[in-house]
Amino acid sequence: MSPLLKKLLTTRSHFPGTEVLDSAHAMIETDPSEWDSFYRDRWAHDKVVRSTHGVNCTGSCAWDVYVKDGLITWEHQGTDYPTTGPDSPEYEPRGCPRGASFSWYTYSPSRVRYPYVRGVLLEMYLDARCRLGDPVAAWAEVVESPLKATLYKRARGKGGLVRADWELATEIMAAAHVYTIKTYGPDRCVGFTPIPAMSMASFGVGTRFLSMIGGTLLSFYDWYADLPPASPQVWGDQTDVPESGDWWNSSYIIMWGSNVPVTRTPDAHFLTEARYKGTKVVAVSPDYADSVKFADDWMAPAPGTDGALAQAMGHVLLTEFYRDRQVPYFEAYSRTFTDAPFLVTLEQHGDGPEATFHPSKFLTSAAATAAGVPVAGATGARPEFRPVFLDTAADALTVPNGTLADRWTDDGVGRWNLDLEENDPALSLLGLTHQGQTAQGVEVTLPRFDVGVTEGGGTIVRGVPALRVGTVLVTTVFDLLMAQYGVGRDGLPGTWPTGYDDVESPGTPAWQADLTGVPAEQCVRIAREFTRNAEVSEGRSMIIMGAGTNHWFHSDTIYRTFIALLTLTGCQGVNGGGWAHYVGQEKARPLTGQQHMSFALDWQRPTRHMTSTSFWYAATDQWRYEGFGADELVSPAGPGRLTQRSMMDCLTQAARLGWSPSHPGFDKNPLDLCDEAAEAGVPVAEHIVSELKNGTLKFAVEDPDDPQNFPRVLTVWRANLIGNSAKGNEYFLKHLLGADSSLRANETPPDRRPRDVVWREHAPEGKLDLLTNIDFRMTSTSLFADIVLPAATWYEKQDISTTDMHPFVHALDAAIAPPWQARTDYDAFLGLADKVSELAAVHLGTRTDVIAAPLTHDTPDEMAQPGGVVRDWSKGECEAVPGVTMPRFVVVERDYTQIGEKMRAVGPLVSTLGTTTKGVTVVPESSVAFLAQANGVRPDGVAKGRPSLETAAHMCEAILALSGTTHGGVSLAGFTALEKRVGKPLADLAEENHERQVTFAQTLTGPQPVFTSYEWSGSEKGGRRYSPFVINVERHKPWHTLTGRQHFFVDHDWMTELGEQLPVYRPPLDMARHFGHQGFSEPGSTEVTVRYLTPHSKWSIHSQFQDNPYMLALSRGGPTIWVSEADAATAGIADNDWIEAVNRNGVVVARAVVSHRMPTGTVFMYHSKDRNIDVPKAEASGKRGGIHNALTMIMMKPTHLLGGYGQLTYAFNYYGPTGNQRDELTVIRRRNQEVEY
Amino acid sequence: MRVMSQVAMVMNLDKCIGCHTCSVTCKQTWTNRDGVEYVWFNNVETKPGTGYPRGYEDQDRWRGGWELDRKGRLRLRSGGRLRRLAHIFSNPDMPGLDDYYEPATYDFDQLVSAPAGQHVPVARPKSAITGKDMKITWGSNWDDDLAGSPEIASKDPNLASMVDKVQLSFEQTFMFHLPRICEHCLNPACVSACPSSAMYKRVEDGIVLVDQDACRGWRMCVSACPYKKVYINHQTGKAEKCTFCFPRIEVGQPTVCAETCVGRLRYIGLVLYDADAVEAAASVEDPKDLLDAQRDVFLDPTDPEVIAAARAEGIAEDWIKAAQDSPIWKLIQKFKVALPLHPEYRTMPMVWYVPPLSPVLDVTTELGKDDGDADDVFHTIASLRIPLEYLASLFSAGDVDVVAGVLMRLAAMRTHMRQRTLDGEVDTALLERVGLTAEEVEELYRLLAIAKMEDRY
Repeated sequence: MSPLLKKLLTTRSHFPGTEVLDSAHAMIETDPSEWDSFYRDRWAHDKVVRSTHGVNCTGSCAWDVYVKDGLITWEHQGTDYPTTGPDSPEYEPRGCPRGASFSWYTYSPSRVRYPYVRGVLLEMYLDARCRLGDPVAAWAEVVESPLKATLYKRARGKGGLVRADWELATEIMAAAHVYTIKTYGPDRCVGFTPIPAMSMASFGVGTRFLSMIGGTLLSFYDWYADLPPASPQVWGDQTDVPESGDWWNSSYIIMWGSNVPVTRTPDAHFLTEARYKGTKVVAVSPDYADSVKFADDWMAPAPGTDGALAQAMGHVLLTEFYRDRQVPYFEAYSRTFTDAPFLVTLEQHGDGPEATFHPSKFLTSAAATAAGVPVAGATGARPEFRPVFLDTAADALTVPNGTLADRWTDDGVGRWNLDLEENDPALSLLGLTHQGQTAQGVEVTLPRFDVGVTEGGGTIVRGVPALRVGTVLVTTVFDLLMAQYGVGRDGLPGTWPTGYDDVESPGTPAWQADLTGVPAEQCVRIAREFTRNAEVSEGRSMIIMGAGTNHWFHSDTIYRTFIALLTLTGCQGVNGGGWAHYVGQEKARPLTGQQHMSFALDWQRPTRHMTSTSFWYAATDQWRYEGFGADELVSPAGPGRLTQRSMMDCLTQAARLGWSPSHPGFDKNPLDLCDEAAEAGVPVAEHIVSELKNGTLKFAVEDPDDPQNFPRVLTVWRANLIGNSAKGNEYFLKHLLGADSSLRANETPPDRRPRDVVWREHAPEGKLDLLTNIDFRMTSTSLFADIVLPAATWYEKQDISTTDMHPFVHALDAAIAPPWQARTDYDAFLGLADKVSELAAVHLGTRTDVIAAPLTHDTPDEMAQPGGVVRDWSKGECEAVPGVTMPRFVVVERDYTQIGEKMRAVGPLVSTLGTTTKGVTVVPESSVAFLAQANGVRPDGVAKGRPSLETAAHMCEAILALSGTTHGGVSLAGFTALEKRVGKPLADLAEENHERQVTFAQTLTGPQPVFTSYEWSGSEKGGRRYSPFVINVERHKPWHTLTGRQHFFVDHDWMTELGEQLPVYRPPLDMARHFGHQGFSEPGSTEVTVRYLTPHSKWSIHSQFQDNPYMLALSRGGPTIWVSEADAATAGIADNDWIEAVNRNGVVVARAVVSHRMPTGTVFMYHSKDRNIDVPKAEASGKRGGIHNALTMIMMKPTHLLGGYGQLTYAFNYYGPTGNQRDELTVIRRRNQEVEY
Repeated sequence: MRVMSQVAMVMNLDKCIGCHTCSVTCKQTWTNRDGVEYVWFNNVETKPGTGYPRGYEDQDRWRGGWELDRKGRLRLRSGGRLRRLAHIFSNPDMPGLDDYYEPATYDFDQLVSAPAGQHVPVARPKSAITGKDMKITWGSNWDDDLAGSPEIASKDPNLASMVDKVQLSFEQTFMFHLPRICEHCLNPACVSACPSSAMYKRVEDGIVLVDQDACRGWRMCVSACPYKKVYINHQTGKAEKCTFCFPRIEVGQPTVCAETCVGRLRYIGLVLYDADAVEAAASVEDPKDLLDAQRDVFLDPTDPEVIAAARAEGIAEDWIKAAQDSPIWKLIQKFKVALPLHPEYRTMPMVWYVPPLSPVLDVTTELGKDDGDADDVFHTIASLRIPLEYLASLFSAGDVDVVAGVLMRLAAMRTHMRQRTLDGEVDTALLERVGLTAEEVEELYRLLAIAKMEDRY
C-alpha cells in the first residue's frame, strides 16, 4: 500500500480544533475526544496466525487469523503470495465470503465440543461391557442381538446423543473394528473422507489407519461426479488443468457450465482482468448465472444439451478450418498429438446388399500382421498394443514411437515418445493411393442419439474413404470424426447435411438449435471466432468447464465434444489454451508423498481402494430400484452384446474381470480364506481361483443383501456424507442406516432384475453396525451417527494444502489450541490405532489378508485385455488368470498389534521398493535421511530407526520430502528415470530446483511455489504459469493412452456397444419415460414437473458453510428452490412460499425463489442444503424434509466400469462410475404455508 | 482556493463478482455485536433491485440528500431546521426494521442437545431481536442475483422511468452488483442534519464519523443520508456508520473491504479539493451538470498553484505526492472512467464507480455484424444488455452520453489491447475517437487489469 497513507497517523495531530465551513453544510474537525477508542480497541488484536481452510473446495486460500485475548476474532485474506511477474495480475487476495465467515464455527452454539454417543447404544454397550468385561465381546453382544441392534439403529437421526469421553468413544470404535475384522473381515470396515489436497495430514492419518488394518477406502472424485471420465478416456490422465493465473494467457475463453464468480471466487479476477487485455469471454449457461455478466456473449442451451452445441461447433470448425481451408498449425498438431491419423478397421455386419460397415478397432501391428500386411516402424513385443497409421512418406503401415507397448516393453526403452521422425501420417485417406490402391468411399453406420425409442437412439449412414489392407478394410479416426460430425466431402457416399441450416442431419448448427435453443447463427459465429483465435494465437483458446456440464449421466460424451474442439485447434498443452475443468478437483501437488503416506504404502501394498458409487449402489440397495438396464443404453449401431443386463450385472462382471474394484471382496472373511488356503497347503490366489470356479466362493457384490456381505463399520471425517454427498439420500437412511426415510420408489419388477445377483425377498434395513463422524459441526452425518467425535477446526491444527487453482503449497496452523475436548484428526486416529492394537493383542494378533486388486492404470496391467475385447472366465470365454482376466489376489500380512506403532513411522518400503507415481519409480534415499533428522526416529519396536510420524507436522514434512513438486532431488530423479523410457531430454526441467526443497516450516510462513515434477504434465520452469500437457507437447512425452496420443476414438467393446467410440451428443436421460409420473397423485393438486438441478451455491461450499449465520443472513436464511416465473405461475407459487418437491426418491421442503433469470422448466436447489437448518416436516411424508440429494439416486453408466485396457484401466479416483445427479426430474407444488418443525 | 484532502474510493463494477466478501469481512470486523445485527456498513446489492434498506434510492419517499429551494439555494430535502425539529420524536422519513430486515438466529443448540424423539433435530429460525420463532421474509440481500425479481426488481426506483424499455424477461435478463459503503461526501447531509453536532468530517482526510459521546440518538442523520449509510445501534440508541476503517487507514492499511476484495476492484487514494467551491458546485441547477461541477472541485495535484496552496494549508509534502499518485485521481479525472453514485443527491459523494460492461442483448442476427469476420470479436456498446438509461440513472443523473463515453473508453481499451496482444498492430483511429493515446490506454489497462496492490491503494 501507499507508504504515504502511513503518514496519516502522524499528520492527524497537525489539525487541531473544530471549524464549520461557511455555509454550515459540513462541519470539519479533528476527532474531538477519545470517543473513537471504541473502534481502535475493536481493531486491536494480539496476534495474527496464518492458516487456510481444509474444506472441500478448490480455494486453498491463505488466511490471516486474528486472535485477541486468546480468542479467534476474525479472518482476512493473506496477501503475500509469490509474485506472478510484472505483467500479470497477482494471486492476492484469495478468499470468498464463505471462507471469511468461517471463524464463526469456532465458538458456534452447534459446535461439537465433546465426544457423543447415542444414549440407547451407549447404555446397551456399557451394560454388556460391565457384565462381560471385554469391549469386543460387549460390542458383539449388542450388534448380534437383533432386538438391540434394531433399537439403536432405529434411533439414528432422532436426537438423544449423550456426552461421552474420548477413552470410551475410542474403545467402542476400536471394539467395533476388531470385532468386524475378526468376524466378517477387515474389508467390512470402511472409511470415507474426500479430497486429500485440502488437508493432507488429516486425510492421510485416517486412510493410513484403514490401509493398515485392511479396511475399504472409498473414493470421492467419481462419487461426487466431479471426475470427468472423459479425461481418462481421452488422455489417460485423472485430471490435469491450468492454474487460474493461466487464464490470463488466453485470448478467448468460453465459460461452459462453470459459474466462475461463484465457484472460483478467489480466482475470478483473472477472468475479469483478462478481458482488459483483449480476451473475449463467452458464457454458456442455461440460466443468467453470475458468470454471464462478465461475458461478451451468452449462449443458453437447454440443460444437458451442451454436447449438441459443442458438436455443431465442431462441425463448423471441421468444415471451415479442416475441409474448406487447411491450417498448418492445426494439421501438424492433429498428426503429432492426437489419434486422428490412426487406422481403424471397419467391420462388416450382415451380408449381401444388407451388409453394413461399422467402425471396430484400432488396426494394430498384430492385427495387420494377421491380415497379411507388413508393418514398419516401432514394432516389437506386444504388437496388439501397437496401433498403426499410414505413413505417406514411405507409403507404409507404420507403428509410430510412443504407443502403449513402447511404454511397458523392453523394446520401448528410449522410444516412448511422440517424435514422428521421418513419418508423415495421413490424417485422411480421401484421395490417397496406397500401394497402388486408391481409397474408396464406404458407407459406415454411425450412432445418433437425438432420435429413437430408447436411450440408445438411432443410426445414420455416412461415408468414409477406406482402403483394403490385406483382409481388412480401414479408415482413419479423422475420417470417422468427419463423418460423425456430418462434414461431407466430395465423392463420399451416405447421408450428409445440405448446409449449416439443415435441421435434420446430425451435427449442423441448425440441428443443434433445434435441440438446445441456441440460435444457429450464434453457434456458427462463436465456433468461428474460437477457432480463428486458436489459429492466430497458436492454441490460446480455452474452455473453462464445470459441474453444469460435468454432473450429467453422459458427462463423458459432453466433455469429449468439448475436448475435441480444443484438440482439433491445437490448444492442449499450450499456455492460455485448452480445457480448464474445475469441479472438485484439487491437485495434491506433492502427490508422491501424499499417496504413499496416506495409503501406508511404506508398510504394505496395495490398499483396498473402492469406487464409492458402486459401493453405495450395492450397500444402500439402490440397485433394487433400478429403472432400466444396460440394454436401454446400447446403440443400434453396436453389435448387441450388452442386452438383457441390469446395471448390477454389469457391475458384477466388472468385478469378476478385474476391471473395477469390489469391496467387500468375497462372501467370506478374507482372513479366513487365507487360513483355509494355508490349511489346504495351496497358495491363496490358487485357492481363491479354484473356489470361485467351482462356485463355493462368491464375490460379495453378487449378494449384497447377505448379512455376511454388509459393510459394518463406517468412519467419516472431513465430510458430510449423510447431509450432502449421498446421492439417493433416502436409500442411505433406509437400507444402510435403518433410520426413518421418505423413500417413495418401487422395487424393480421381476423381469428386469439382475441375473447374476441374488435377489432376497426383503431388503435389509440398517446394514451398518457403527457410523462414526469426526467433525466440528452438527451436520446430518453427525445427527445420524452413533458416535460423534469433536474435531479441531482448521485454525486449531497443522496441515498442508494445495490446489490446482494456484501453484503454491501452504500450511494450516493452530491459531489456538483445540478448545473444549476437540482433537485433531491426527490425534483421533492415532488414539484409535493404539486402542485397536491393544484389543488386537487378545483378539487378532497377526493374520494374513488377501485383497482382490483390480487391474491398475499406469502399470503393465493396461495390457491385460487386448483390444478391450470382453472375455468372461466365468462363462468359459477364457481362462481365469489372476491379474489378466480377473483381479489380482494379493496377500498381505497384518500384525494387528502393531498398527499404532507403524502409524508413527515412515515404513521401510520407501527405502526398498521406493515410491511409484504414474509409472515412475524413485528411491528417495536422501529424503528418508532428511526425515530421520528433521522428525527424529522411532527409538524401538517394529519401526525402530525409521523417521517419526508422531505429529501432523511430521506427516506434512514426510509428504513434502517424498514429492518431486516440493523436493528438487526427487523431481530430478523422477525425470531422469522417465527420460530413459522417453528417450528425450526431460531432466533439465528439474535442474533449476534440484538442490531446493520446500519444508513444512517454510509453508508456515507463507505460500511456497512448487517445482516442475514428473508427477504432473505441466511446467513451472522459470516462473511459468502451469498449463497441463505442456511437457507432452513441448517434449514429446506421450500421454498415458493406447496410442500415446490424445484420443478421439475409443474402441473398448462396451464403448462400441454404447455408440460412444467417437465424441457424440447424447441427451439427458428421459426420466419421465423410465419412471412415469412421480408427483403427488392427489386430486386438485396444482403441480409442475421440472428438471431438478443442484448447482454449486453462492452461499455455501459443498457441505460446509450453509449453516453459518453470515451466509444465512446474506441469502434467504434456509433452503430454497429457484423457480422460473412461468413455472411458479403454473403451480400458483409466489416468491418465498413454502413448497415441496418430490419424486420417487424422496421429498424436499423449501421456500421458493421466483426469478426471471431462471429458464422455464428447470428449478435449482443449490447444493448443499442439509436438513439441519430451517427444514420443516414435509406434508408428503410427515417427516423432516430431505436434503438436496433426497431427490436423486445413483445412476450407473456401464462404461464407467471398464478396466484392463489401455487408458481404460482402473485407478483410485481415476476411473469409476460417477454419482451423477443432473438428469433427475422433480414435481413441485405450493404446500400448506403453516409449517411444523 | 481552500485546499483540503479527502480519502476516496473507486470501485470498478466491471470487475465486481458480487461475492460479498467485503460485506462479511467488514461485518466480522466491525458489526458482529449486539445492537447492530442488522447493520452492514458495507453491503452489496444486485441491480436491478431495491437495495438495502429497500427502496432507499427513492428520495420522494425518504427525503434524503439535498435539493435546491426556489431561490436555488441548497437545503436538506428532509426540510429546514423547523421541520426536522417538529419531527424529532417521530421521524416520518425513518426506515423501520422491516425496511432493513429482522435479523435471525437459529436454534443451533437443538442439534446437539435434542433429546431422543421422533424426528431429526433441526435449528429453526428465531428473531435475533425478540427471540421468538419466525419465518424469514426479508434480508439485507434478499433479492441477490435477481431473487424474487417479478415482485422486487420491478420496484427498483431506477426502473420507474424506463418501464417501457425494460422488460424483466428471461431473454433480456441483465444484472450487476453494486457494493456500497458510506460515501464520505464532500457535502454530507448527515452532518448537516445532526442536531447534536455529533457528526463531523475529519479535517485531515474527510472521513465522516459519529462522535459516540456526543450522539444523542436523534436519528436525523439516518433520514438525511440519501444512501442510508448511517444506522442506529438499537442497544445504545446511537448512530453508527462506516468509519473508512480509520484505525487501519491511520497506520497505512487499506480499508478491510478494499484489502479483502477478491475481485480486486477497489481503489483508495487521496484527492485534493477546493473546500470553498463545494457549495457552489453542489448548487448547480441542472443535476446533469453535477458530475462536471464535482470534478471541477477537485484540484490538479500537479498544478504548481495547487501545490503552493496545499502547502499553505499545511498539507504535508508526502500527502501532496500521494494525491499526485492517486489512482482515484487517475480514474476520475485523468481517464474519466469513474462516476459518482446518484450525483443528483447533491452530497458530492466520494465513493465513485466504474460502470459495468455486459454481454450483448440480442442474437447475432439483430446485431448487424459481419459474421464473416471472425477476428472482429467485440460488440458495439449500444447492443449491451444493461440499458444505458439504467446506468445513467445511477451514475450520471440520467445523462446517457456520460455512461456511454465511459463504456466506449473501456471497450476501446479492450480492442486496442487485443490488437496489440494478438498481432502487435494498433489502430490509432479507434483511440482517437475516445480521446485517448496508446500510452494512456495502456496505462489505464495496467491500472485496471494488472492492478498490483501498490497501484490500488
